[in-house]
Amino acid sequence: MDGHFAASDAGLDVARVREDFPILAQTVRGKPLVFLDSAASAQKPRQVISAMVRCMETAYANVHRGPYYLSEQATDAYEAARAAVARFLGAADAREVVFTRNATESINLVAHSYGRGVLRPGQAVLISEMEHHANIVPWQMLRDGHGVELRVCRVTEAGEIDLEDLSAKLADGKVGLVAVTHMSNVLGTVTPAERIAALAHEAGALVLFDGSQAAVHRRVDVQAIGADFYAFTGHKLYGPTGIGVLWARAELLDRMPPFLGGGEMISSVTFEKTEWAPAPAKFEAGTPPIVEAVGLRAAIDYVSAIGMPASEAHERRLVDHAMRRLSDVEGLTVLGRAQDRGGVFSFALDNAHPHDLSTLLDRAGIAVRAGRHCAEPLHARFGLEGGTCRASFGLYTTVEEVDTLAEALTKAREFFN
Amino acid sequence: MFDDLRDLYQEVILDHGRKPRNFRRLEGANRVARGDNPLCGDRMELFVNVSPEGRIAEAAFQGRGCAISMASASLMTETVRGKTQAEAAELSGKFRELAMSGVCPDCGASLAGEMERLQPLAGVHEFPSRVKCATLAWHTLNAALADGAEERNATSE
Ligand SMILES: Cc1ncc(COP(=O)(O)O)c(C=O)c1O
Repeated sequence: MDGHFAASDAGLDVARVREDFPILAQTVRGKPLVFLDSAASAQKPRQVISAMVRCMETAYANVHRGPYYLSEQATDAYEAARAAVARFLGAADAREVVFTRNATESINLVAHSYGRGVLRPGQAVLISEMEHHANIVPWQMLRDGHGVELRVCRVTEAGEIDLEDLSAKLADGKVGLVAVTHMSNVLGTVTPAERIAALAHEAGALVLFDGSQAAVHRRVDVQAIGADFYAFTGHKLYGPTGIGVLWARAELLDRMPPFLGGGEMISSVTFEKTEWAPAPAKFEAGTPPIVEAVGLRAAIDYVSAIGMPASEAHERRLVDHAMRRLSDVEGLTVLGRAQDRGGVFSFALDNAHPHDLSTLLDRAGIAVRAGRHCAEPLHARFGLEGGTCRASFGLYTTVEEVDTLAEALTKAREFFN
Repeated sequence: MFDDLRDLYQEVILDHGRKPRNFRRLEGANRVARGDNPLCGDRMELFVNVSPEGRIAEAAFQGRGCAISMASASLMTETVRGKTQAEAAELSGKFRELAMSGVCPDCGASLAGEMERLQPLAGVHEFPSRVKCATLAWHTLNAALADGAEERNATSE
């Protein structure tokens, strides 16, 4: 890493950060791009782009296969990425890190392998009302295919996990796994992971966190939290698409049967019987996302060089500013008011449908998402079946961009009046 | 700031979007279909009363959606009233073309007056992600009028 971010720098030099993201320099419809959709997928810094190009130009071959120089280089790079992820998550061992395609696949892996392989019919999985569909649908499939009960923990008016309800739903001891988000992609709520893990463990359940958003906005230490499974996705962390992570305690990975079958995940194959390779290889059937792993590693290096304290301070400033500016917009409802909230805001105007609103904002060069953000039950919970618009922040988001959004919202309301 | 969007959001559209006409259940409708745009959550239920002679005596709808989809459904229920099923199908085809390309070359030939009324929606062709909002009502009408369909559902996909 070129270390151009001084570690002692408490604040973040956003102008400097923005220079690292080539895409941000462009204008959209004649206006400077205001990209406020990082929660859907973040933009990529030059450091990530060039690491991937360098890999393909100089050190690319399939991994774990060829007994030759380039394959060894690629294998080293791929395994170094795994080690970087392990450090990033505070994992005890790199062997606890499984590369997948995205967070969705990571959760499906657990639902399939742990769900069908270890959970027994009659046991229950407990999720929450604020889950992304990626942490709902795999459990419904498990329920329907394996006879596991699916329970849903309530979310309070403020947009936080209702811990009393969580305890009540754990009380009969039937829950084998609690699977909840570590940060909501709609409300911005950061959930009290340690507390949730403790409650789950007291009730004899394991806990999976969907860290797709949290890994971007908070320092994650899977051991300190007491997590059993932790999933996240590369493309939201300024890395490439096509790579996700499942971290799980080694002892769990050892007990779980494989998810997909094929090459890379076996130690011996005859037509009668196949022996699985040890984890993580057991869960990485087929040629893995090699270049993407290199890109993810570069992304982790990038955010680590900036440092969580600096990026969290930057985010807090944006969140406080957005709270103030958005609450001044007449007719605007902002979803959720959690104590601990990251840079994600979903909102609705009283006189404009989110789809119409996003078309207007797009005219002002502002990219926001409109719809239900893969969280239909949560929108129903807050009586907003028609959806919301969502603005989400990244390292490169500026206070001025938040102002631009707030001003455009006020003008949009006038437009539709 | 948004002046150039007046092409898309013409006064007619905003008016129909805010106060959609024929926005109700049609008791005794003999054709009913549901339309869904799963991407943005737009949803409508369309009620049509087809007379024994095969004319659309009345059309009404209920649902939720953006200004474009509500206005399009509202204008549609007004436009197809009194039309034969064949005419409704023709309008549907022409409207689709209008929404996708902004023009309707053969519109002068027949049903010109009706197409004139739908003209305010032509602006969507410049917004590819919004074309489906405008065509959802017409997809739903096609589903409602389709022969022999038990489940009459349309999606914008
Ligand atoms: C909270 C949360 N979980 C899961 C996902 C799914 O991520 P992916 O589509 O990369 O699998 C997302 C993002 O879409 C998310 O925000």
